[in-house]
Amino acid sequence: MSPDQAPEAASNGSPVELTETRRFRVYRYKRGDGQERFDEFDVPVGPRTTVLDALLWIQLHRDPSLTVRHSCMHASCGTCGIQVDGREELACVCSVKDHGAEMTVEPLANIPILTDLVVDMTGFFERYPHAHPIIRASEPPVQDSEPSDGDHGEVTLETEVTLHHHPLHHLHRAAPPAADFVRLEDCIECGLCLSACPVAATSHDYVGPAALAAAERLLEEPRGVRREDVLAWASRPEGAWRCHVGFECTRVCPTDAIPAERIMALRRALLFGQDNHEEGKP
Amino acid sequence: MSEPATDEPPGAAERALPGPIHHKGPGPAEMGWFEPRRRGHGGRALALHRLTGVVILVYLYLHLAVLSMLLIGHSAWSSFLSLVTSKSFLALEVVLIGAVLFHGLNGIRVALVGSGIGVTREQALFWAGTVVGIAALTYAALHILGAL
Repeated sequence: MSPDQAPEAASNGSPVELTETRRFRVYRYKRGDGQERFDEFDVPVGPRTTVLDALLWIQLHRDPSLTVRHSCMHASCGTCGIQVDGREELACVCSVKDHGAEMTVEPLANIPILTDLVVDMTGFFERYPHAHPIIRASEPPVQDSEPSDGDHGEVTLETEVTLHHHPLHHLHRAAPPAADFVRLEDCIECGLCLSACPVAATSHDYVGPAALAAAERLLEEPRGVRREDVLAWASRPEGAWRCHVGFECTRVCPTDAIPAERIMALRRALLFGQDNHEEGKP
Repeated sequence: MSEPATDEPPGAAERALPGPIHHKGPGPAEMGWFEPRRRGHGGRALALHRLTGVVILVYLYLHLAVLSMLLIGHSAWSSFLSLVTSKSFLALEVVLIGAVLFHGLNGIRVALVGSGIGVTREQALFWAGTVVGIAALTYAALHILGAL
């Protein structure tokens, strides 16, 4: 790709007509420098240029030391979360044309920075409940011989699948079809919700929207995790009650995982008991 | 004498240090909640809720201090009354009522939604409270400023 080609040409292999030049103010920080700063770059853009396209163009043609993290390029991996003009976005699907002639690109807020636009997600993942099991739609649940708390009604034809040969079959419980859980399974753990959360700006101990939403998911489908353990975890001072109902997490969530609504459902479960925790969710 | 050899590569100690934590808006990191730009109604309501809370708290102590003038005597109280019934002071009173209305109505929304009640209607609750607040504030302003 030549410097005169629009950045998205690097993504799809076909040259794209240049239409204009946009100025990017990019946050820079390197370990050991001690100084944070903004660098400015003029980038030729086309009609389909994304912010990630532009950042990679800068990396290729202007400053190879610019560090950007990305993987899938289509909003599935959640690794390219950044702030564009102060709003949390996935760089790979954030269109340049939706912004002005000059745009400011910064790393996510409330998460320690490793370098430039890359944040250290270690602390983000450590916020999750330690007992959080892996939930995959590819594991059809089977009916347990002795239904326990957290079961979800009758087993349908779709769920009545016996997989006793599966190594995790003892964790399975009778559950609704996996489609009922699509929303949280859509959580790509990108950290945008934690960056947007006004409470996380004040309290770094707050576990944050993504971890609380995951905990609420455990109430729906415990898979061997004790419900009371989840509620005890969520009711800590830095847990569900620390949320101030700003709904910023839901607003910026790129996959509509509705973390704020999940937190409210968790609170409802804490306040009114297990039978009421699902009210309020779409 | 040369330094003892270690297994760590050069600069490992510096790289192990935690990086800075970015925050929204100008000022200290703890004021990140106050950044109203690029926020939705919930984030802005949260910031305004905190601000109006501070306003109401300050007014409470101011109110107690003013009432203590009664201890000084009748003349002090009368001269103070002539000051606070001026148009500019009455306008401040309208601002105070606006702060109380917002804080109260938004507080009801936060209490309901925060308890898991009306979560799916959270936005409608916000705008309903806003309409009720503006109507009440308009009535109060007209009444206080003598138009009613």
